[in-house]
Amino acid sequence: MAQGIPFAREYGGTLANRSFGGAQVSRTFYARGQTGQQLLLGAYSAMMRQVASGKVTIYSRREMMDLVIVDGRARGIICRNLITGKLERYSAHAVVLATGGYGNVFYLSTNAMASNVTAAWRACKHGAGFANPCFVQIHPTCIPVHGDYQSKLTLMSESLRNDGRVWVPKKKHDTRPPTEIPEDERDYYLEQKYPSFGNLVPRDVASRNAKEVCDQGQGVGETGLAVYLDLQEAIKRDGLEVILKKYGNLFQMYEKITGSDPSREPMKIFPAVHYTMGGLWVDYNLMSTIDGLFVVGEANFSDHGANRLGASALMQGLADGYFVLPYSMGNYLARAGACDLSTGHKPYDKAEKAVQAATEDLLKNTRSGKKGLQTVDHYHRQLGSLLWDHCGMARNKKGLEYALNKIPEIRDDFKNNVLVPGTGQQLNQSLERAGRVSDFLEFADVMVRDALAREESCGCHLREESQTEEHEAKRDDAHYTHVAVWEYKGEGTEPALHKEQLSFENVTPSQRSYK
Amino acid sequence: MAKTITITIKIWRQSGADFQGSFEKHVLESVDTDMSFLEMLDVLNEQLTLSGREPVAFDHDCREGICGMCGAVVNGTAHGPERETTLCQLHMRHFRDGQTITIEPFRAKGFPLIKDLIIDRSAFDQVIIAGGYVSVNAGSAQDGNSIPVAQANAEQAMDAAACIGCGACVAACPNAAAMLFVGAKVSQLALLPQGSPERKRRALSMVTAMDKAGFGNCSNERECENVCPKSISIRNIARLNREYLRAAFTAD
Repeated sequence: MAQGIPFAREYGGTLANRSFGGAQVSRTFYARGQTGQQLLLGAYSAMMRQVASGKVTIYSRREMMDLVIVDGRARGIICRNLITGKLERYSAHAVVLATGGYGNVFYLSTNAMASNVTAAWRACKHGAGFANPCFVQIHPTCIPVHGDYQSKLTLMSESLRNDGRVWVPKKKHDTRPPTEIPEDERDYYLEQKYPSFGNLVPRDVASRNAKEVCDQGQGVGETGLAVYLDLQEAIKRDGLEVILKKYGNLFQMYEKITGSDPSREPMKIFPAVHYTMGGLWVDYNLMSTIDGLFVVGEANFSDHGANRLGASALMQGLADGYFVLPYSMGNYLARAGACDLSTGHKPYDKAEKAVQAATEDLLKNTRSGKKGLQTVDHYHRQLGSLLWDHCGMARNKKGLEYALNKIPEIRDDFKNNVLVPGTGQQLNQSLERAGRVSDFLEFADVMVRDALAREESCGCHLREESQTEEHEAKRDDAHYTHVAVWEYKGEGTEPALHKEQLSFENVTPSQRSYK
Repeated sequence: MAKTITITIKIWRQSGADFQGSFEKHVLESVDTDMSFLEMLDVLNEQLTLSGREPVAFDHDCREGICGMCGAVVNGTAHGPERETTLCQLHMRHFRDGQTITIEPFRAKGFPLIKDLIIDRSAFDQVIIAGGYVSVNAGSAQDGNSIPVAQANAEQAMDAAACIGCGACVAACPNAAAMLFVGAKVSQLALLPQGSPERKRRALSMVTAMDKAGFGNCSNERECENVCPKSISIRNIARLNREYLRAAFTAD
């Protein structure tokens, strides 16, 4: 607010509120349908103020390739300059990763295209524990998949569920256009099943139910993998102008992508991978299991447990960066004391050599002149659909075991047959992607193992073997009230599982009900 | 079912700022009209890669029209023929079967070319560094409700804040001016009480930074407003001019 972010105001000048999924009261401040974007721009401008004062230097178009540990402390990083391809060494008293989530392991997600697990995974390979990697949030209101060329899924803000009603035709495989389906032949499944929360049930419940009705053959659209989100009633009640004021930019975005106008016919939506609750394990000071390596925002595992509610990722990103790290970092620096900051140490040489070798490895097939090579995206798509099918919204032992066997096959194929044109000494976007996909292929293994080890339905996931009689997710607190932290043990060796027990003093975890 | 079209692409290739660039021609068959423009470039790049050639370098990230990374001049228009659209939100249904599509980078003195369609927009960072912020430390601010903000002002500030810094305004301007960008940033903060204390210094130093970065000046062509994916109005340029004048005449 103080940074000049234009939050919505009431006529009296006070802050306006609105409701969000999982909440029955309006308690979230907002800036049209772009609150996250505005907070990001606010944080950006605050950072630029520090750049102006000389406290911060920005090195843009760099990618962290490895972490450097000197005398047991995280002391620096190796970066690839994405324009020249040169490897650069940076040293410091501590390292902070703010490198985001790994949702793109699924290939199709609502994440930005460049989001990746590389920095976190390289830290994990140096000994940072990776916590709850299987906790991935599937967002219910995304524009459905429409072709195999598709590169990403677009999120329609959840705020639409405030005024929209979710439904599918009662009849299976009903191909009539939505406007021709009479009211009594529509199945408003969320309102019926969860009368008190209705369309505002939390994301996991909304997603799972959408999958369920589609699996039953009630899905709509060309692929049958979509449900309707209908704002007609709200438009009739409040008038189009009021609705456009609230959601105008979302309507516009939807129409651009699909060519259909949501003020005339209902939107089609389907769940998509959106946020990763799992991440590098950190303590209350946001420090990982490596001394001096701090992890903030979506890259760490804290705050959300196994399910994230609307608006709270913004809260975490801002709280970690604005309110926690400035204090815990000062404390660490005071305790850790001075250290030699030269980048000539052996660990830097070693890390740089390893990065160089890995880069050469990615480029070797193309130079070999081998036939039948495939592009990076080919492998990324393969991995993505494997994980979506077997480690997505609903999982079972058999599917997870299948995925666990399949991942090394894709990884070997990738290593031997990936085609990466160009060289390492230039701006090379194929090489950037190849490095990220290579890390996704290693990371996916831990993710599936984590899902396999958690034999309960937890947070946003349904473990098919663990359901209530009404097919709702069934938790097993007696056996799984813990954070699962995975320790990397080297290539070809199974990672070790450590359990951090969770104890609750003021609340008792119990079966959720939104009926 | 989705329609497909065949198109001819004339696309700008240049391996770096110090190299000569030229257009390269490719024919793409069975382009699904539901595809986005960048997905069409993905398909082109997959074809180039598989045939042993280097793919076209282009910037992109969110592909939802909110990050400001993507952008190219398509058939002479920044971000292509659709209004209020970033390149990633442009879809192939807006092109005809058999059409030739010319794609080139944003060209402006302030945006040096890096490779193919990728340009360096860090000049915008320099403008923000000059004053595009409120000087307040996190953790020390009072409650957000303690300063009421008139709804109309908050709405106008929000209109300006919608700017994503893509640089299309600069690419479209015959003077390669960044006035719409600077106007949006200055307006957002000038319209809110939080930004008021620094408004004079901000207007003066951001305009100075803008000139220094090699951007031109406004001559009311309105091309910027026309290509802006967030329909930022040139009223913001008028407000910038007023802010600048006010600051220049009444400077401390």
